[in-house]
Amino acid sequence: MLIALGVIGLMFGMCYEMWQQSALSRAAFGWSFFWTTAWDPVAEEFGALPYIFGTVVSSLVALAMAGPIGIGIAIFLVELAPEKLRSPVGFLVEMLASIPSVVYGLWGLFVMVPWIGSTLGPGLSHTLGFLPIFKGPSFGVSMLSASLILTVMVIPTVAAVARDVLQAVPNHQREAMLAMGATKWEMVWHAVLPYGRAGIIGGVMLGLGRAFGETMAVTMVIGNQPSIHTSILQPGHTMAAVIANEFTEATYDLYLHALIEIGLVLFLVSFVLNLLARLLVWQVSRGPAGAIRA
Amino acid sequence: MTEYAQVVDDAESAVVIEQLTCFYGAFRAVKEVSLRIPARQVTAIIGPSGTGKSTFLRSLNRMHEVARGARVTGTVQIKGVDIYDPKINVTDVRQRTGMIFQQPNPLRTMSIFDNVAIGLRLERRLGRAEIADRVEACLRAAALWDEVKDKLALSALALSGGQQQRLCIARTIATQPEVLLMDEPCSALDPIATLKIEELMDQLKRDYTIVIVTHNMQQASRAADRTAMFMMDDDRAGYLVEYGPTQDIFTSPRDPRTESYITGKIG
Amino acid sequence: MSTSWLPAQSGTRRRRNLISTFMLALTVLAMLIAVTPLLFILGWLLIQGIRYLNLDFFLNDPAPIGEAGGGVRNGIIGTLIMSGIALLIAVPVGVLTGIFLAEYRSNPLATVVRFATDVLSGIPSIVVGIFVYTIIVLPRWFQGAAFSGFAGGVALAVIIIPILVRTTEEILRLVPSSIREAAAALGVPKWDYTLTVVVPSAFGGIATGVMLGLARAAGETAPLLLTTLGNNFYNTKLDQPMAALSLQIFTYAIAPFDEGRRLAFAAAFVLIMLVLLVNIATRYVFRVRSINL
Repeated sequence: MLIALGVIGLMFGMCYEMWQQSALSRAAFGWSFFWTTAWDPVAEEFGALPYIFGTVVSSLVALAMAGPIGIGIAIFLVELAPEKLRSPVGFLVEMLASIPSVVYGLWGLFVMVPWIGSTLGPGLSHTLGFLPIFKGPSFGVSMLSASLILTVMVIPTVAAVARDVLQAVPNHQREAMLAMGATKWEMVWHAVLPYGRAGIIGGVMLGLGRAFGETMAVTMVIGNQPSIHTSILQPGHTMAAVIANEFTEATYDLYLHALIEIGLVLFLVSFVLNLLARLLVWQVSRGPAGAIRA
Repeated sequence: MTEYAQVVDDAESAVVIEQLTCFYGAFRAVKEVSLRIPARQVTAIIGPSGTGKSTFLRSLNRMHEVARGARVTGTVQIKGVDIYDPKINVTDVRQRTGMIFQQPNPLRTMSIFDNVAIGLRLERRLGRAEIADRVEACLRAAALWDEVKDKLALSALALSGGQQQRLCIARTIATQPEVLLMDEPCSALDPIATLKIEELMDQLKRDYTIVIVTHNMQQASRAADRTAMFMMDDDRAGYLVEYGPTQDIFTSPRDPRTESYITGKIG
Repeated sequence: MSTSWLPAQSGTRRRRNLISTFMLALTVLAMLIAVTPLLFILGWLLIQGIRYLNLDFFLNDPAPIGEAGGGVRNGIIGTLIMSGIALLIAVPVGVLTGIFLAEYRSNPLATVVRFATDVLSGIPSIVVGIFVYTIIVLPRWFQGAAFSGFAGGVALAVIIIPILVRTTEEILRLVPSSIREAAAALGVPKWDYTLTVVVPSAFGGIATGVMLGLARAAGETAPLLLTTLGNNFYNTKLDQPMAALSLQIFTYAIAPFDEGRRLAFAAAFVLIMLVLLVNIATRYVFRVRSINL
């Protein structure tokens, strides 16, 4: 009986992949889908590049910020925090993880976007405007907003994995460093972090996967313009956002299938990222000596 | 609990411990130990489990403080310097003392060479060539050079248990410690590896003061010049029962408790 | 007292200690960076929400554009209904699969199922929406309906199944095996003692999983966009588009009129209160520490 239900669970997983494929018609555009930039439903032209660009850039920038922050939090929780602080801080970080995407979007739209439009954006373009990524007028809704909000949303993912990884580092490695007169930071940098390197990378990849798929918060702050700019102060678009915005307006089949194809890409990318990440994390919890973590 | 007036030998004392009491929070693990450890000799600490031997050892290089709520009262002077003086940085103390642990703990993410070099690199005062020379010198002093000279770049995990422990010794002496503290260094090793370490200790003591905690009485009688015997009191605190030249302790112990332990009646 | 053997307060030592303090201070900064937006968001929502919350809000449906008043009753009911459907589907499937994974851990089938669950948990929710669209909405599978509350419920179910599987499995793993061994020694068949002894002892943990799933389902927006579409009017029929709190937050947030914004803030407040309550309850009442999702 239980086995039968377990099988159902299995079927679900596999079913997905098949359905995605069947509902898709890639025949129309073939591979050029991925590097064309024109997205014109009226003229029946679909190129996904702006969306791919937007997703990749916003996610990478977000991870570049969330990675160190998440790892920093993990270090704080595992190495620094006194017993009494661990539980509350851990709780707060988890709370961050459970705020719905649309609520992040709401806050982003009404608090962060105006602030970027009036303060951060102009600030960046005045001081660092010689750099191409900070050029131009700031509209508030921008790649920058999307990256910032993704950063906040992804921090808990990275922090949670990193914390587990760091906790699994055996104490004798720490003692070895301390006994030779290393400072606490030197202990972390030379012994603890390298030991958990694989798992931490896995955590970052999990975060990346999450950032790729984030829909609501992003679409509310990114401006939803399918254009590619070098400046992150300009608006943009992502794969998830375009699906959310245009799916129900897709009046004819080709349009719909183009959107579904984007969805397929999202699915495959997050599948691969998740797979790699889980392998890395799983490997660390087994430890270099092959012992299984209790 | 009795106190024995310490016989001061001709040998200078490397470590002078006065009325040392170690606490974990409210629990007193070691009480009022006074001891003088002679320089360039091997001093063994023996006694049944739970008598605070490890705690005592770790308070000699302030590793005891790594545990939350740990503190000490009393003084520990190494070569005349009170290591618990608030003006002194604890990391300095640890750098100039060395500790070998029960489970060999080479740094797993580093190669053999890097394991020995790490102490030197942290200080960043030596150049590449000097570090290489020092690493070789330390590995030779630890009787490990011939076995690893061709595989310095390999991970430390490629070595056997006994080799790993000697690697840890090499790593420790790289920073020229004043005192070498060994916490049951051979209990995880096979008899042959154990013997190698004991031979090594015999050589090392020409240059270093060694304090070793051991469960193995034969090891103490073989390798140590002086021996201290710890016991546990009714309040579960460890204390010093007897201390003297190893030969005296084992052939004519003064305290009946020492005698019971040595003859196997207890512990 | 000579300090002959101790290195003098040399430049290196001082610098090393300084670096250590600095870097560790950075980690504290990181922690603050994470905690601040959280408190900021919660605080901001609290202020906005309380400002706009009134009884109207819960009892009325949205008013026509431009009119004052109106509430999100349809959204609240819709969210409850669709989350309910989701739980109805996901709880049996998820919990039973979780039981299977925990009790037959070495079974090769278990490895595959665990893998499939991991895959499922990583799928972006909008992709789940596409999937449910293609199998339910497009072919009008449910009572001939296109966009429907039912489809929304199914999409939510798919999203929360992995959560239930994971929490159930983890909580069952914590049950000491002595219980199982004792029952087995008495000759009770495995499926029997699993259901009558092991599972009840883990009930608290499983309930936690259900609550976490509920909180997640209530907050999801993207999949609902593609399956139930949303509705400005009150509707409890499953074969029609249904409103949801999360959808309303979205539509009203980007709407150009002030009244809509008010509703969006208040709805967000309600939603986040729900999520907060569930999190606090599971953490402190059921005393379950962090579940790895």
